[in-house]
Amino acid sequence: MRTVEAIAAIPMHHGLVLAAILFALGMIGILARRNLVFILMSIEIMLNAAGLAFVVAGARWEQADGQVMLIFILAVAAAEVSVGLALLLLLYRRFQTLDADAVSKMRG
Amino acid sequence: MLSLLWLIPTLPLAGFLVLALGGKYLGHRSIAVIGTSSTALSALIAILIGMDFIAAPPPGFVFRQEAWSWIAVAGFSPGIGFYLDALSLVMVLVVTLISFLIHLYSTEFMSGDEDYARFFAYMNLFVGSMCILILADNLLFLYLGWEGVGLCSYLLIGFWYRDPANGRAARKAFIVTRIGDTAMAIGLFLLFTHLGTLDIQPLMQCAGQQWPEGEGLAILTAALLLAGAAGKSAQLPLQTWLPDAMAGPTPVSALMHAATMVTAGVYLIARTHVLFTLAPVVQHAVAVIGALTLLLAGFSALVQTDIKRVLAYSTISQIGYMFLALGVGAWSAAIFHLVTHAFFKALLFLSAGVVIMSLHEEHNIFRMGALRKKLPIVFWTFLIGSASLAALPLVTAGFYSKDLILWRAWSSAGGNPWLWAAGWGGAILTGLYIFRVVFLVFFGEARTAMPPGTARPGLRITLPLIVLAAFSLVGGWIETPPFLGNLTLFSSFVQHALPPAQAVHGEKNDETILELLAIAASLGGIALAYLLFLRYPAFLQGMMLIPAFARIREFWQSGWGFDRFYEFLFVRPYLWLAHADRRDVIDNIYKMALSCMLRWLQKVDPHDVINTIYNGLAGLCLFLHRALSATQSGQVRRYAAAIATGSIGILFIGIFA
Repeated sequence: MRTVEAIAAIPMHHGLVLAAILFALGMIGILARRNLVFILMSIEIMLNAAGLAFVVAGARWEQADGQVMLIFILAVAAAEVSVGLALLLLLYRRFQTLDADAVSKMRG
Repeated sequence: MLSLLWLIPTLPLAGFLVLALGGKYLGHRSIAVIGTSSTALSALIAILIGMDFIAAPPPGFVFRQEAWSWIAVAGFSPGIGFYLDALSLVMVLVVTLISFLIHLYSTEFMSGDEDYARFFAYMNLFVGSMCILILADNLLFLYLGWEGVGLCSYLLIGFWYRDPANGRAARKAFIVTRIGDTAMAIGLFLLFTHLGTLDIQPLMQCAGQQWPEGEGLAILTAALLLAGAAGKSAQLPLQTWLPDAMAGPTPVSALMHAATMVTAGVYLIARTHVLFTLAPVVQHAVAVIGALTLLLAGFSALVQTDIKRVLAYSTISQIGYMFLALGVGAWSAAIFHLVTHAFFKALLFLSAGVVIMSLHEEHNIFRMGALRKKLPIVFWTFLIGSASLAALPLVTAGFYSKDLILWRAWSSAGGNPWLWAAGWGGAILTGLYIFRVVFLVFFGEARTAMPPGTARPGLRITLPLIVLAAFSLVGGWIETPPFLGNLTLFSSFVQHALPPAQAVHGEKNDETILELLAIAASLGGIALAYLLFLRYPAFLQGMMLIPAFARIREFWQSGWGFDRFYEFLFVRPYLWLAHADRRDVIDNIYKMALSCMLRWLQKVDPHDVINTIYNGLAGLCLFLHRALSATQSGQVRRYAAAIATGSIGILFIGIFA
């Protein structure tokens, strides 16, 4: 069986459910975790969940757009991680902690 | 070859971009090469295109090139399009050629300036904008070039921005021409709303079909365009900016007066001539404005002491001649004079620049003298330029063009003896004021010792002077009056774009008599200058002791008091208003009205019922504010939770509602 057919053999909702689970896991991670590194990782999981949904949808309608969007998402994620990690470094230098709740100086 | 048309404005613009962005990293040499070669190439292309155009004319003597569409909205779709016909070809040839010569001259003239790159960047932008203005095939694109030259004139007049006076001169030029530009913009709005297009050729056809001669709208739009043209070309009553524009470096003045900027108004009127023929009243006004301006500016030029200001007033006066020609319907004569004027005025400015430079920034002609021996080349070139400006018969280009204008001012349908007389008087004045400068600067005694060690102008300065001098001499031989061979190369070429002028009054014999009178006028002016300023200077000095004459002189020198008049009429009231409002007059009115009302309310409402309502409102606001600000906890995770619940909520609404 060729790869395209192998992918087409998987029903779409399986892939979408997997994406939804990943997305929910990521969101729970953001809400529950206090360490900023884990929050960043959870964001990555959510982004990848969205990417997976795109790919699955692209495979369902046999369009390349889904994969194109995944590449966009990867690029965005890379940019986001680099900025995020730089911010984390600065935050750590300043507060000597990575607890998200401790860094609440910016309240209104 | 014709398809290279788009390169003519593009090359100088590209030069501008390179110099503006990378000028800091380039050496003097490469800046000069980039700045000059961009205009040189576009001049070369213009010449090649011109040869091609004449050798194998495109159908209808018109070549159009649409680069791309600029805006397309609600039926309004001006494009970036170029339109080449006989008129724009002549203009673009003159502009690019003279710009190139001036750039070449500037490479040496400005070599000591620290802002070398900035100078050439602005100059290139200036030339590029002017080419856009000339080649545009719709009025909006033309307006882009129009504003572009306005901007560049501001930047270049204020080039030496460290002196506040230069900044003031630049602002004045910008604001005064802005008045005309605003009128022109309104004119364009009117044209578009009533005729539905801004493409010049369809627009002109449409106007010719829809509007009868003397139609109110035609008169209104033509008048608005005339106001724009008068602002750019420094005609009455918007001429006051040009003499002050001398604050810029001399090559800028040469460029502005010869090739770019001030000729734009003449070109605009020639380009939209159909509109002006539909509005005879306005066309007559063009002639009258031209006649008045040429006389007023001529008298002012007569008494200036700054060599560049003499030339500035003479430009105003010569543009007046062109307006006069446009006003009587002699379109090709106006463009012919524009061409010859471009050559000799560039020559005069560039020569004056050398004079000023070798005397170390001395502008006053009364402190110059006897420079004939010290600057021989400049003496000859300035003399040739002056002779051409004074229309010295037979040998100079200015003679042929000015004579044509004078004859048309008499003979055309719109012409009359009064207009001719104004032009004739102007011719005497021209000879008088320019040879006054020649005699004071180059003859007589040296009044300022030339500083020792002054370098002789180099090749890059003398070459443009010599080329321009040659053009100022032979440039007129393409169009000669009937009794001198009756060549009509120029007018028959331009007639492909502009209607010919018909002689209505005047016989063949009259033309010869008028020619002789015109010759007498220019020779008389020169002779008078010789008598007054070289032979018997004591006579004038004696005259100036009489208070009345001194006062007239002062009046003319100040440009007929227009500056003072405008100061009194516009500037002062405006400043007064601004000062008055600084103390918040309008605020005070509101305050008084409101406090009266409040006092009345106080009387009506002794128990503070109204206040209680307002306090309640304020309390409510405060409560809501506190509740909202409590949500701004600064805890990122709560924000994330809020975003999540919000998006889930919206999804629910989207799916189930």
